[in-house]
Amino acid sequence: MGGISRYILQRLLLTIPMLLILLTFVFLILRVMPGDPVMAMLGGRNVSPELIAEYRHRMGVDCPILVQYAEYLGGIIHGDFGDSFRTSQPVVKELFLRFPATLELAFFGLLFAGIFGFGSGLIAAVRVDRPIDHAVRIFHIGSFATPLFWFGLMLQVFLAVKLGWFPVAGRVGGRIAFTFQSITGFSLFDSLLSGDTKVMADVAKHLVLPSITLGFALTGLLGRMSRASMLEVLDQDYVTTARAKGVKERIVIMSHALRNALIPIVTVFGLQFAILMGGAVLTETVFSWPGVASFLVRSIEGRDWPAIQGSIVFIAIFISLINLIVDISYSVIDPRVRY
Amino acid sequence: MSENMGQTEIENPTLVVGVIRWIVRKISSGRHALRRQTILKVGLIIVFLFILATGLTQIEGLTPYHPTKYRDAPRLEGPSIRHLLGTDQLKRDVFSRVISGGKASIIVAFGAVALSMTVGSVLGWISGFTGGFLDRVLSLTMDAIYSFPSMILAITLVAVLGAGIAPMIWSVGFVYIPTYFRVTRAEVLQVRETTYIEAVRAVGAGNVRIIVRHVAPNTVNAIMAVSSFNLADAILTVAALSFLGFGLPPPAPDWGFDIQNGQKYLQSGSWWLITFPGLMIIALSLGFGLIGEGISDLVNPKRRRKRG
Repeated sequence: MGGISRYILQRLLLTIPMLLILLTFVFLILRVMPGDPVMAMLGGRNVSPELIAEYRHRMGVDCPILVQYAEYLGGIIHGDFGDSFRTSQPVVKELFLRFPATLELAFFGLLFAGIFGFGSGLIAAVRVDRPIDHAVRIFHIGSFATPLFWFGLMLQVFLAVKLGWFPVAGRVGGRIAFTFQSITGFSLFDSLLSGDTKVMADVAKHLVLPSITLGFALTGLLGRMSRASMLEVLDQDYVTTARAKGVKERIVIMSHALRNALIPIVTVFGLQFAILMGGAVLTETVFSWPGVASFLVRSIEGRDWPAIQGSIVFIAIFISLINLIVDISYSVIDPRVRY
Repeated sequence: MSENMGQTEIENPTLVVGVIRWIVRKISSGRHALRRQTILKVGLIIVFLFILATGLTQIEGLTPYHPTKYRDAPRLEGPSIRHLLGTDQLKRDVFSRVISGGKASIIVAFGAVALSMTVGSVLGWISGFTGGFLDRVLSLTMDAIYSFPSMILAITLVAVLGAGIAPMIWSVGFVYIPTYFRVTRAEVLQVRETTYIEAVRAVGAGNVRIIVRHVAPNTVNAIMAVSSFNLADAILTVAALSFLGFGLPPPAPDWGFDIQNGQKYLQSGSWWLITFPGLMIIALSLGFGLIGEGISDLVNPKRRRKRG
């Protein structure tokens, strides 16, 4: 087996105990949760004890914890996360139904953060200690201190309600939603397939504010890191050499410095993605975005154990995969890295 | 920079004394150094003002109007001279609510950071110092928590523990434990290999003594810088939890909860209900962030030139 495939295998094997720890932790903590899922489901009023007992049995919460745990683990190995208490649908199905929405939002959020974060960091580094550098740094620190949900609500109030430039919430407009056929779950992609420019514009408009909100969570972090990393690279001997040779400044920055400045940023991409998923919870809640993160929040409110466990494991697996991809991609960005 | 800046070794019997002496040394005896620390000073002033304002406004009668009982204002009116930041749907004065609404945020932020700092660094010292199987299990567990979105974990935990100040301290605190664990463990691994630890061991000191007297004090600097940034982040997490409805129960003024309330009147354009509590959150979080920046500069003067 080659170096890289052995590395991937090692990483995957290391992921299993981590997922197991998280899963066990969530499983146990839900069992001490004060709310009873059966009562939450039945409404809690005028329910006969027989009915409660029957539901308890049907939902499998009358067995001892160890039995429940063993059954749950057994199911997961087969890709079965149980059925949601609220919708009675398999949790996996519910999650895959909502996953494209979250992925779409994360992608455009990342795009926004990438362009504005990296761009602003780059400008600040090139114009270090000039007024623009100070302005950018204040912007970065400010974006750290801004609550994401508040920023989203501000965009809603001023750009959507007051100015009416964008829709307030949701993924597609009311009238279009009737005829809109979702094929892949990625609404922008689906609207492109439909070929209707009106639908495309509507879907795109719905994406703007949530993407900016989610992206804003990372912009400051990315910007600070880009600036620091770029400053470091611009201090290197090979940059001085390139300048001494008379290479144009633009080319020095674009081809000599940029790629090397990217390395430390990509290194912590996995962590940034975790921040992004955390931000997605708030963004999806504020914008009524039908994604995995808002599904988790509603599951918590409804004491929907299988759905909570499933969502958390799902998100953890997703983040582990992203981390793995990031690790592998080092060797592409930085040829010095070998596995 | 004063001469004592490069000095990192602290000879103290316990961590608490170490922390206190560290703060005293850095802030009061280092007044000379502080003179140039505009960032640190601005941060300290902001945080001090917030704590003062929040503390004072808990006393009845010190806000222009009572934050919960006063209900004679016009309903949902924008900012005016009588009501500086407008009024809400229950005819209450937004300004009075906003300046007294930081109680939960401040208590939970400090409580959570104190909790995670204690648990995280103790685990970090032990794990880094003893090594072996325990270290591997702890590191793996901490990595599992660390790599998972902290916001989602905090929401899940607070849902389990229930709404209120104490549950929020536990949930937010739990989420930050890996941060301290990682910082202290990394420091311990470095310190463990140094000659003076070897010397102390040769003299015959036990493990506990080495950790408490010689290893732990060397990790204090790193912990202090991390905790300020953590406080800034905790303010935002608490606001988010309150916004989602896991904070103080209703009539109490609270920034996150007031924003959630304002969201209901967003469509009618009542922007002042959301804007002002949010600005308070930003200002306080910014204050802690600036302190973090300042401490990092103090601890590591080299960083100043490359600061991002």
